[in-house]
Amino acid sequence: MTTETVSPLISLAGIQKVFGAVQALSGVGLEIHAGECLGLVGHNGAGKSTLMNILAGTLEASDGALTVSGKSLGKGYSVQDAGNLGIRCVFQELSLCPNLSVAENTRIIHPVLKGFAWRKRAAALIMDQLERIFPGHGISPVDIIGDLSISKRQMVEIARAFTVTETNLGLVILDEPTSSLDARVANQLLDYIEKITASGTSVVLISHLLGEILQVSDKIAVMKDGRVVAFREASEFDRSRLVEAMGSTLAAGVAPRRDVQSAQAIGDERIHMRPSGQPDDQTIRAQAGEVIGFAGLAGQGQTEALLEIFEGHGVLPSGRGGNDCCFVAGDRQVDGVLPLWSIRKNIGIASLRRLRSGALIRNEREQELAEAWKDRIGIRAPNVEAPILSLSGGNQQKVLFARALGSASNIVLMDDPMRGVDIGTKNEVYAIIRQEASQGRTFLWYTTEMEELDYCDRVYVFRDGVVSETLVGSDITEENLLQASFKQVSGAA
Amino acid sequence: MKRVQAFMRQHPWSWSFLAAFTTWAVTAAYISGTGGLALASTALSFSTFFVMVGIGQMFVITLGPGNVDLSIPSTITLSAVVSMMVMDGSNTLIVLGVLAAVGVGLLVGLFNYSLIRVLSIPPIIATMSSSFLVQSSAIALGRGVKIKPPLALEWISTAKILGVPILALLVIAFAIGMAVVLNRTIYGRSVTAFGQNTRAAKLAGVPIERIRYLTYTLSAVLAAVCGVFLAGFSGGSSLNMGEEYLLASIAVVVIGGSSIAGGNSNVPGIFGSALFLFLLVAMLNTFGAAAGLRLILTGLIIVGVVTFAGGRKESR
Repeated sequence: MTTETVSPLISLAGIQKVFGAVQALSGVGLEIHAGECLGLVGHNGAGKSTLMNILAGTLEASDGALTVSGKSLGKGYSVQDAGNLGIRCVFQELSLCPNLSVAENTRIIHPVLKGFAWRKRAAALIMDQLERIFPGHGISPVDIIGDLSISKRQMVEIARAFTVTETNLGLVILDEPTSSLDARVANQLLDYIEKITASGTSVVLISHLLGEILQVSDKIAVMKDGRVVAFREASEFDRSRLVEAMGSTLAAGVAPRRDVQSAQAIGDERIHMRPSGQPDDQTIRAQAGEVIGFAGLAGQGQTEALLEIFEGHGVLPSGRGGNDCCFVAGDRQVDGVLPLWSIRKNIGIASLRRLRSGALIRNEREQELAEAWKDRIGIRAPNVEAPILSLSGGNQQKVLFARALGSASNIVLMDDPMRGVDIGTKNEVYAIIRQEASQGRTFLWYTTEMEELDYCDRVYVFRDGVVSETLVGSDITEENLLQASFKQVSGAA
Repeated sequence: MKRVQAFMRQHPWSWSFLAAFTTWAVTAAYISGTGGLALASTALSFSTFFVMVGIGQMFVITLGPGNVDLSIPSTITLSAVVSMMVMDGSNTLIVLGVLAAVGVGLLVGLFNYSLIRVLSIPPIIATMSSSFLVQSSAIALGRGVKIKPPLALEWISTAKILGVPILALLVIAFAIGMAVVLNRTIYGRSVTAFGQNTRAAKLAGVPIERIRYLTYTLSAVLAAVCGVFLAGFSGGSSLNMGEEYLLASIAVVVIGGSSIAGGNSNVPGIFGSALFLFLLVAMLNTFGAAAGLRLILTGLIIVGVVTFAGGRKESR
């Protein structure tokens, strides 16, 4: 299928992308030929999605060259340009308008469908495509997206990316397209990818499922820490070589996990909770002093489980006290930062009860608390009266950690809190988490980063809002994790 | 001079006092003689009522976008009607009448909150619709009959010591208390956090529903208490007595330097802008300006203040 001799359809050279202090991409080079399926693998945060966003025109590269069909595209390359060049993208976060119907959503990317009866033509277009990729899909063109299940929404999104009106289809980027699809439907998609690449369209497939990648890719690129570390013919890889190329971070670094024996004698059980809809008898448990990981693909109900516990579900009497639970937000701006306040007030808000004497809050006590945590967690700011928005993202995140750890809560819930945090800060925080756990705090930690699970005593893998697998101690391996991430849980299992 | 400028930049409420003082000085110079002092005394009397409802409205506005209490005027009216009926002109029944008024406030606050919480109605619509119900209740109860307030109530609402109204002194003390509540208590901090980012406040452990309930109740109770004193001040209740307090309660909060986007409020500014609002009208009256011009100027000033405050926020 590959066409080595012809010049590539798309070539990327020296692509860099910087988000504030975080270098997401540091000099990426890739080539994609017409009619080729490129498999793209790598850990979370390796830069795969960022790279694809640049290719699709939704992000602008900080530096580097992007060439499509021999044309060099510089600054100002936009989504419209990408569309005109026949580049389509199915993002991880689905991008359909939830209040519109399937047909209306199709019209959005096809401005040519206008005039009388455009809905009918849009409906015919999307239905035809759905039928081709996912025969027996059970979706109607008048269905409102918001009423569809997540997997049907994903099917619509994928099918829409393959619909053609005026521009030819050059390249379709699929970012974790099967994350919400069951095995049968996922196979339909893989079959279709093979078919469409044979007819000349290129596909970039990003997936954590190495089997999928090996099955359909012509070439495979492995990314790590913002770089392409391997880029070869798919036939040169097998499963173990891929894992090796991705860099088994399990072996690297210190083994921060406690041995199982000491873990057993930590303390009282504080949380015993059964996710709603859990078909089998697995439950989420946490003792004093434990660090519990929530893993699985993104958005499989981990945050929802944390919020349920935050509301008090499954928290046993021994876990109560203080505010029961405190919460470290991952989505800083939406869930964490109080933007008009100083560092001091942002830290103090979760500890107000302890800062009072009589009915009044003692500002000097709040200041003491803030100063202590500023030093301990290393918040880089001139003083605690500085506005929180004057800090860098990583330091804002440290303030949120200080808010939670400085509170009286025994249970700390963390919602993938290291998003966009640099490695230095991460290591500082990991050390504090271990230290606080050894003093009896319980941590529940949703993370999408494999290496962070190394710090966990027990890991619950989530799939479709329920726990699909419980991994303990040495069973917490990437292999087991990936398997569990895609495991369908049913009552019979 | 530089120090003064820095102070004014850090304390947005100081502008309202400057504006109030300037307006007073211009008017006093125009009428000349001792009229200026009398004007100041009258301004204190009238602005007292603006401050009472303004503080309640301020706490509501601090909760953030969409939070505003439109039921203040009708609550003033209903509470005045109810308390005057309970007191029935007798000094011995004043305490009972005030309790009845507070009861009216508690009920209105609970009702507003229920509409917002249970029926998920936006606060602006909830308080607007409840104000129709409250006003209708006042009409049905009062039937337009004006009951005279007890003498003691009338005295406390109008008496002056050396030209300073007693009620104004009480309200100043109350405002200082509320400034402490806003800045130094858990409730005040919670309200301010709520207005900055409700979701973040909730995840930081702020009991947001309790805070919302308390805030709408506080606003209604203050409006109710204002109704009692206003009835005492103006010789009884009337069905349109709350009318001018709808816009005024919002205007004093905004002109006082509190952010209409929520999360950033202050109490002193309410006092300054209440004085300013009254003195502005007085000044235009003195100059012989027509009612229309007065309203236009008031509107322009509010637009100006909001634009100015909004611009400042952008540049941070």
